[in-house]
Amino acid sequence: MQPIIEFKDVSFSYPNAEQPALKNLSLQIQKGDWVAVIGHNGSGKSTFAKLINYLLIPTSGSITVDGIPVDQEHVYDIRDLVGMVFQNPDNQFVGATVADDVAFGLENRQVPREKMLEIVPDALERVQMNAYAAREPARLSGGQKQRVAIASVLAVEPKVLILDEATSMLDPKGRREMIALVHELKQELGAELTVLSITHDIDEAASADEVVILNDGELMGVDKPEVIFSDAERLRRLGLAVPFAEQLKAKLKARGIKVPETYQTTEGMAEWIWQLHSKM
Amino acid sequence: MSNMILGRYLPGVSWVHRLDARTKFILSMLFIFVIFMANNIYGYLFATAFVALSIIMTGLGFKVFFNGLKPLAMLMLITTFLQLFFMNTGTVLVHWWIFTITTDGVINSVIVFVRFMLIIMFTTILTLTTPPLEVADAMESLMSPLRKIGVPVSELALMVSIALRFVPTLMDEAQSIMNAQRARGVAFNEGGLIQRAKSYVPLLIPLFVNAIKRAIELGDAMEARGYRDGEHRTKFRVLKYTKIDGVAFAAFFIFAIGLFATRFI
Repeated sequence: MQPIIEFKDVSFSYPNAEQPALKNLSLQIQKGDWVAVIGHNGSGKSTFAKLINYLLIPTSGSITVDGIPVDQEHVYDIRDLVGMVFQNPDNQFVGATVADDVAFGLENRQVPREKMLEIVPDALERVQMNAYAAREPARLSGGQKQRVAIASVLAVEPKVLILDEATSMLDPKGRREMIALVHELKQELGAELTVLSITHDIDEAASADEVVILNDGELMGVDKPEVIFSDAERLRRLGLAVPFAEQLKAKLKARGIKVPETYQTTEGMAEWIWQLHSKM
Repeated sequence: MSNMILGRYLPGVSWVHRLDARTKFILSMLFIFVIFMANNIYGYLFATAFVALSIIMTGLGFKVFFNGLKPLAMLMLITTFLQLFFMNTGTVLVHWWIFTITTDGVINSVIVFVRFMLIIMFTTILTLTTPPLEVADAMESLMSPLRKIGVPVSELALMVSIALRFVPTLMDEAQSIMNAQRARGVAFNEGGLIQRAKSYVPLLIPLFVNAIKRAIELGDAMEARGYRDGEHRTKFRVLKYTKIDGVAFAAFFIFAIGLFATRFI
């Protein structure tokens, strides 16, 4: 099967930077996957995201999205395919009201007004924000603004949704709600939507299909979360947090308790402890 | 915080609120010219009555309109006094040093004052009953013929709408920077004029730096969402003339004819 996103030997340097931000990155992302990209600050995560929809231009190498080369000629086709939600809720809210913001992407694609009048309420319905259509951004919470940002992306029906640390400025509740929302949308759209989540939130990354680790602009590994997160030693070496369940496992092991070898989610770990408890 | 500069708009459901922003804009402009047709007391009384009726129709009460005069009070007084002291025709009433107050001077200063007041009050109807965004839309629509001579009307309109959208955001930010600087010992609004001006430097620098950062991120977000230029876009928000706009134009036309007629009384 053709990968939805393919990087071939891609390097990128910011102007006047001594070190390249990305070094010879080659990578394939399969259609319909939920992929988490992790790495410490300055590891090249955001650069990676911005290269995909031509916000940044690679210094060398080539990128394709759904078989279309990412270059000057195809830039608007690529941007139809790739929707992006950024970190700061305020700095991506273009419209004067919620409805205007959702319509912004449609206006850019010259969708006729009658069509927009149908699409905008639909998109807002999907993120449960239709009651706020006439609100100004100043009267919305950060989490609500991010939902609007998702609605704005959904309105143009992209094949790839990139969340560039989209939850990092939200409070824990807003963060949970947003992740739940994206999971819901993913379930609804199935293989039609590929999610690429650039994140600091290890628990969020742990629920992905695949995890990509970047470190100082280099690809350190692509694997299932259970494999990546069970190697606590490597995570620590790369300056990343270890998921709570793994920390717990390490502590239990140190006390001489036999723990499961494979990766466990927090819920999985709780389940295992219950079983252990009932066996004792 | 958000209702400092642009909080002039007062929501309502009156006929005037429901008028198309373009109608209000055009009529405000026309009023400035039409008012000069009045050349006697009846004319001014008639115009005052028209403005008063318009204000009553907004359902907002006179008080907010008088408040609207305050920022321009100084300008009004200076113009009025200039008329009063430097008009030399007519019978001399008082003469002192270089100042001469004459009957013509008194009459003229009263006329200038009344005219000023009527113009400000009538144009205030636009700003009080129309959301800023609609005013921006109206200006875009009315300026669209300028596109032919290469004026980037759509870009300008988008810039204005983004600027309006970011006013509350930047206000909040200014407030938090002020608090942060106060916590570090900066005293705002204390000391002499120069001292005060200086105390705003630690507020303005971070505010500007952040505004530029925001602009860069917003630019990325706009591009990611497929923005190319102002011309190749459809519009989601549209202005629509309705019957009441026709009524408003007709009423204004009758007023203009009436005002012209008072010249012959």
